Amino acid sequence: MNEGLGSPMPRRDGRIKVTGAARFAADVKLPGLLHAALVTAPIARGRLVALDPAPALAVPGVARVLTAADMPRFAAVTTPPMATAVQPMQDDVIRFEGQPVAIVLAATPEAAEAGAARVAARYAADAPLLFSGERAEVPSRESFYVFEEPDLARGDVPAGLAAAAHRVAARYHQPPRHHNPMENSATLAVWEDGRLTLHTAAQWTYGVRYGLAGALGLAPERIRVLAAHTGGGFGAKGYTWPHQLLAAVAAQVTGRPVRLAYTRAQMYTMTGYQPEVAQEVTLGADAAGRLTAVRHASVSNTSLTDDYIEFAHAGSAGMYATPALQLSARMARTSLNIPMAMRAPHEGPGMFALESAMDEMAHALGMDPLDLRLANHADADPSDGRPWSSKKLREAYGEGAALFGWRERPRQAARDGHWILGTGMASCIMTVFRFPASARITLRADGQVVLEAGTQDIGTGTLTIFPQIAAGELGIPIERVTLRHGDTDLPETGGTFGSSSTACVGAAVQDAARKLRARLDGIAALQPASLGAPAEAPEALLRRAGLADLSAEGRYEFGRPFDAAGHAGSHAMRTFGAVFVEVAVDPELGLMRLRRAVGSYSVGRIVNPRTARSQMIGGITWGWGMAAMEASVVDPALGRFLSKNLSGVAIPVNADIPADIRIHFVDEVDPHAGPLGAKGIGEIGAVGVAAAVANAVFHATGRRIRDLPILPEGLLGAGAG
Amino acid sequence: MTPMDPAPLRRDLVRAASLAALAPALPVAAQPAAAPAAAPTLRVNGAVHDLAGLDPRTTLLDWLRERLDLTGAKKGCNEGACGACTVLLDGRRVNACLVLAATLDGRSVTTVEGLARADGTLHPVQQAFIDHDAFQCGYCTPGQVVSAVACITEGHAGSEAEIREWMSGNLCRCAAYPQITAAVQDAAARMARGEA
Amino acid sequence: MQPFTLARPASLEEATRLAAAGAMPLAGGTELLNWMRLGIAAPARLADISRLPGLDAIAPLPDGGLSLGALARLNDVAAHPAVRAGYPVLRQAIHKAASAQLRNLATIGGNLLQKTRCAYFRAEESLPCNRRAPGSGCAALHGLNERHAIFGWTEACVATQPSDPAVALAALDAVVVVAGPAGARRIPLGDLHLLPDAAGAAADTALRAGEIIVAIELPGPAPRSAYLKIRERESYEYALVSAAGALVLDGRTIRRARLALGSVAMKPWRLPAAEAALAGLSLDDTAALRAALEPAFAEARPLSHNGYKVPLARNAALRVIGMIAEGHAP
Repeated sequence: MNEGLGSPMPRRDGRIKVTGAARFAADVKLPGLLHAALVTAPIARGRLVALDPAPALAVPGVARVLTAADMPRFAAVTTPPMATAVQPMQDDVIRFEGQPVAIVLAATPEAAEAGAARVAARYAADAPLLFSGERAEVPSRESFYVFEEPDLARGDVPAGLAAAAHRVAARYHQPPRHHNPMENSATLAVWEDGRLTLHTAAQWTYGVRYGLAGALGLAPERIRVLAAHTGGGFGAKGYTWPHQLLAAVAAQVTGRPVRLAYTRAQMYTMTGYQPEVAQEVTLGADAAGRLTAVRHASVSNTSLTDDYIEFAHAGSAGMYATPALQLSARMARTSLNIPMAMRAPHEGPGMFALESAMDEMAHALGMDPLDLRLANHADADPSDGRPWSSKKLREAYGEGAALFGWRERPRQAARDGHWILGTGMASCIMTVFRFPASARITLRADGQVVLEAGTQDIGTGTLTIFPQIAAGELGIPIERVTLRHGDTDLPETGGTFGSSSTACVGAAVQDAARKLRARLDGIAALQPASLGAPAEAPEALLRRAGLADLSAEGRYEFGRPFDAAGHAGSHAMRTFGAVFVEVAVDPELGLMRLRRAVGSYSVGRIVNPRTARSQMIGGITWGWGMAAMEASVVDPALGRFLSKNLSGVAIPVNADIPADIRIHFVDEVDPHAGPLGAKGIGEIGAVGVAAAVANAVFHATGRRIRDLPILPEGLLGAGAG
Repeated sequence: MTPMDPAPLRRDLVRAASLAALAPALPVAAQPAAAPAAAPTLRVNGAVHDLAGLDPRTTLLDWLRERLDLTGAKKGCNEGACGACTVLLDGRRVNACLVLAATLDGRSVTTVEGLARADGTLHPVQQAFIDHDAFQCGYCTPGQVVSAVACITEGHAGSEAEIREWMSGNLCRCAAYPQITAAVQDAAARMARGEA
Repeated sequence: MQPFTLARPASLEEATRLAAAGAMPLAGGTELLNWMRLGIAAPARLADISRLPGLDAIAPLPDGGLSLGALARLNDVAAHPAVRAGYPVLRQAIHKAASAQLRNLATIGGNLLQKTRCAYFRAEESLPCNRRAPGSGCAALHGLNERHAIFGWTEACVATQPSDPAVALAALDAVVVVAGPAGARRIPLGDLHLLPDAAGAAADTALRAGEIIVAIELPGPAPRSAYLKIRERESYEYALVSAAGALVLDGRTIRRARLALGSVAMKPWRLPAAEAALAGLSLDDTAALRAALEPAFAEARPLSHNGYKVPLARNAALRVIGMIAEGHAP
């Protein structure tokens, strides 16, 4: 019945993406279009004292300069769907460097940019507020970003540590890192008859609708949000950001279509970043390596105005069996823009610390790092004892280790010329989120099937997976299924984030297909059929019944059995895995390169192994970037991200990533994860990689690096050689 | 130069009043460049377009995207640091964000839209990208595809390592790198067999 | 970008005349366009010299050297048979620079005129930077200076020169031929880039108003040469440190050594004392080679966050000798 599921079908969006025909937000044009360029504050904190638009207005082609005085007063909206509670251009207070203070509108992008550079603004600057763990505070529970308990305690950690034969206590640190999707966020806004239409870069079309409806005081139905293709999100396009709001207002004020496309620099201050995270992990273990206590405390930076927090202990809450757990997450305010969830949030930073500490413990015990993980396998959720919805982590360890040759690896680091080769591994764990979703399927009498859902395409494979599910359920070739998506005129879905789309939208698609089949069966029962005749094609049945088409709507509701964060209810649900890497280090030159990697995962059903493999390779590469280069450094005097570009901030290039990356999925269907048995894979690939790399560096050189990224400065002179 | 080095001492600094005294590679006299006989034009994917009256600031990238509505080439950084805007200029891959359109009179540009045949048959590189799942969101893909075509025709697709290095001017944040490398290898083989 | 007019001079003489009158020459465009976007430069007029005839020629010199036309594209220089055979250090430096796309645009002459990659200098806003806004101070001096100079800096500027080819050309004792309103002259590559002075040296190079680089002349071939570039990313990134070396060998004995370091100062940094000390040493005596290099690094003056660059640069210099000894590219 589910013949579509599990098939490695090529992407259906292949042709439009390799020919340049796929249109992204900034590719859309309308007659009379005005180009917007933002003027942003060059100070981290203070006040805008004066702003003179006259020099900009004198630039040929500039039509209008909008300042705070031209803005409506936006109503308060929750975060999310708004990314930040403080809306742009409402007052003269500067809360972060890069905050928008004016919009220049012009007939050409050249004129808009030249005009923006000419706007004369004066500021009164206050000293920036820098990250300090000593100013850690508990987040407000009013922020929806605070979806977990900041503190979790179970058992007696001091007693567990006192009784331990071995203890490891260490601090870990990572700098802010930006999402840097290749597409800069952009919005084209146009008003017609009191209705607003946006073409925008978004991971959540409906979220943009709700955010703007709230801020502008409009009924949601009067806002249509279109996002046919989004050029990478990774969390940067999950919620509603200034480009969407300001483009909408600029179009309203001018009565013309307005395109507001962020520059790359503006991406650094108006779409978030993974915050700076400082962590401390303390582990106790008995002589056999069984954990007696786990303590994991973290502090991450947030803005002056929003309570975003990185729950770095999220992985520690679910990873290992231990009688005593003590977890805490705090945030510290800075005068930077708000951070944001970034692939992989929470577990991503946290598992760097936990899995590094586990490697330190394995070394202290003289135990194979994999054996230490196996000895502490959690057969039930260690935070509350609930059974797992499904878990095949033991298989993932074993099958991954076999693929990598972990058991056969040289105990002493091998040499290859100037390179020292080290191997390392880490466990992976990820929370999967759930959002309600709906979808509609229409069968037409000509045999074509139209599948409709508001969901968006950010490259995760959903344009292939959803038709695959529909075709499988209906027993028709996928070529007959057309997907309409990326539009709030279509049935509502949640965001493409939180590793949720396949499981949730996919379930709605499956539900719609099953309902359509049931209706077809009902029609068939009413039609006289000749005994022993071959099964009738559904469209033939439709024609015989005199119907032009037949539709059904399907739904997926969360809370049955899991809540939005995927962990309430009778079972605990997580995805699991293990990542193994071989890294080459040249200590004389401080160089580190990835030689090969194996990622082995227990994540429930895989709907399309081909797109799933690509997503995991992307995740491992993401983790390599975290381990080896990514850092958005903040100047301490200026309180701003120093480099806001791709020439001064390194992300991995092709030459960094070897072809020898093997991805393995354990054969698994999670019976509790929803009707598809799929849990979600968007983020787990990025988890654990940085720890595996740091552990491999330790294996190669004996040097333990606890500050990311691992740069030449930290590797120079490492190792006996 | 350091005082230790005898070699350059052979060459006293030339104070020549005339350019004719310079090295033989230099033009002896001022040669007028071929004066444009007609209005400046630029050929894009075979079609000739007028460049007259263009704002000198307009980059090739903005011109393609805003004037010609050829939006395959993307603006990912606008500083030559990502490769999303890669096009072929007289057959060579370049960053379209770093070229002023007004300087291109008489030259020829191929964008991703110009690679497939008129009958819709994909270029072998395009087909290989689909076959190897060498993209996800698709935003960097037009630049990757154009760059890959050049990488192969330049003769830089001889090995996995060579492809990885010569394709490193195109960032992919979804990180389809191993699949891109495989696609380039495959397409190079197909093109060598004359399937192009 | 602020508005400008675009001139297309038909001759070198016209180009230098335009440049003397304030026009900025536009060749590959890979730097100039970004300067204009960032506000580092705001010329009222550009002179498009990219198609001046003859200036992209690569031709042998009568003394056995090689002349590289300033407008030759980087990839064309690296691919030229004479460069391939005689100047591996230059070929490698070019291939380690930028990306294939950028190297198809960037010219060998323009590449030498790259400005520093100091992030304060390159910001999209004007930050305290004497090189960008004279008198505004140097934010890097006590700021984030991990990638900055260890040689030749002043309190006014601690930036480095980022060109890879320039380092190779420095090691090759190249000479830059320039043409200007007052005629032509030759500048040894080592004298082209200026170290900062006490005020921060707004001038990057010794070029005078209106002067345009027309060619780069290489002395006779240096087949035993190599370039090493160190960076966290494997490709398409500026160097933390680089090293160019050219050796003349007698069997396994060094007869003459030329070494230049990149990204350690505002110019390619030759190591004359080390070069002299290396003469006569065996390639196989690593301890002696290391000892010969060591004094050059005693003179280094690291900043608050870049002390690691001193041993890194020393190791790079040693390694590049090893690369030449092994006869292969990195």
